[in-house]
Amino acid sequence: MSMHTKYKIQDLNLHYGTFHALKNINLELPEKEITAFIGPSGCGKSTLLKTLNRMNDLVEGCSIDGTVLLDGEDIFDRMDVNVLRRRVGMVFQKPNPFPMSIYDNIAFGPRTHGIRKKAKLDEIVEKSLRDAAIWDEVKDRLDKSALGMSGGQQQRLCIARALAIQPEVLLMDEPTSALDPISTMKVEDLVQELKREYTIVMVTHNMQQATRVSDKTAFFLLGEVVEFNETAELFSMPKDQRTENYITGRFG
Amino acid sequence: MRNKFDQELSNMHDDLISMAAMVETAISRAVEALKYRDASLAKLLQEKDHEIDQKERAIESSCLKLLLQQQPVARDLREISTALKMITDLERIGDLAEDIGEVTLFLCDTPGYHAPKQLSYMAEATIRMVRDSIDSFVAKDLKKAHSVIEYDDVVDKLFNETRSELIGRIHESITEAEQAMDSMMIAKYFERIGDHAVNISEWVEFSITGTHKNIRVI
Ligand SMILES: Nc1ncnc2c1ncn2[C@@H]1O[C@H](COP(=O)(O)OP(=O)(O)OP(=O)(O)O)[C@@H](O)[C@H]1O
Ligand SMILES: [Mg+2]
Repeated sequence: MSMHTKYKIQDLNLHYGTFHALKNINLELPEKEITAFIGPSGCGKSTLLKTLNRMNDLVEGCSIDGTVLLDGEDIFDRMDVNVLRRRVGMVFQKPNPFPMSIYDNIAFGPRTHGIRKKAKLDEIVEKSLRDAAIWDEVKDRLDKSALGMSGGQQQRLCIARALAIQPEVLLMDEPTSALDPISTMKVEDLVQELKREYTIVMVTHNMQQATRVSDKTAFFLLGEVVEFNETAELFSMPKDQRTENYITGRFG
Repeated sequence: MRNKFDQELSNMHDDLISMAAMVETAISRAVEALKYRDASLAKLLQEKDHEIDQKERAIESSCLKLLLQQQPVARDLREISTALKMITDLERIGDLAEDIGEVTLFLCDTPGYHAPKQLSYMAEATIRMVRDSIDSFVAKDLKKAHSVIEYDDVVDKLFNETRSELIGRIHESITEAEQAMDSMMIAKYFERIGDHAVNISEWVEFSITGTHKNIRVI
């Protein structure tokens, strides 16, 4: 198992205007492992996830200090945001397919990265859709608009779109919240499979999913990371009473 | 929060306490039957063992239901899995009490038999260990669980004393040999009961600390 740290987050603080959304975050996310972010609604999970590929840069009033190192390089310093986004793919909490065909949704990323050959694009589109467990459902309607898909299908399309650029890191914000149990299992299997090549960070409200899928888990509360540990240990013998209360459902 | 779940956990604790009480009664009946060479009491043990088995099944089934429905984590997971382990030991203790009853039935027909006094002490000691091991679980009392583990030394000491006493009896009169062998088996059953109470306490330790004999389980 590789022990390389993919993301090193140091003394990270984030404000939305005067609201202190992330407080002194220090986390090391290991390469080629799956890290789960859990915690109650509004505790900052999506905010941290978005920070990891600088999606908050455009948010008005958002100010960030501290450092985030990707393979030792500061993502806020010298790194070109487009390079960062090529290395770090994201699947959002709400599916956001582009208003274009299913095929073009997937081919969009590879095309912007200069891939033009039809055969190559076809191959990427098929592989990505297969990996995201949606190929069989859409293979006969690749030229139809992605907006005509069901919510669960749109979510898997977005996963396929993220895979198509072959990032090093995949950030997933509740990727299965809109999926039925079968698709959920497929995505969980996929995530486990992808771990061989990718570093994955996944926000989930499903505790069982965190225990099934992740190697490490971070528990967030009110903008802080309360506990970060091996998933098996965090869910069997949490160190902090607040973690215990939250994961056993005796919260608040 | 989680009223229904907490209620079910508390019911499971009550069931464990009542199973432990059944097992304690079985041990004291076993020693009573031996002391007074009471064949009917020894037979009663066999009937009552069936009830202990049923209780085990009932607790097992409620634990499995809780695992299915609540998908417990953290302390809840440790408690329910500990209960599942504990009832196996409790059931075995019930069987051992029944075994003592069986040997006692033979001894009831042996004229002039008197049990070594240490056997009563062993009964008292193991009853206490069983009760304390279950109490330590319900009260999440690590100190009490440790005290049960340590108390096993007392049982082992009584076992060795019984053994010396019985060897002495055989030396005095070889005709004592047969009943001495039977008494020895009973002493061994009590000693095994002590070991099972230790097992229970070691799982109680896991349920409180997450480690079993100092090794992290999950
Ligand atoms: N663009 C924004 N402007 C101002 N406040 C924001 C913005 N985005 C998020 N927040 C606030 O920051 C806090 C953290 O939000 P975030 O979306 O990170 O929570 P979360 O942990 O992902 O919650 P959920 O589980 O509901 O998705 C919330 O209080 C939220 O209202
Ligand atoms: Mg969120």
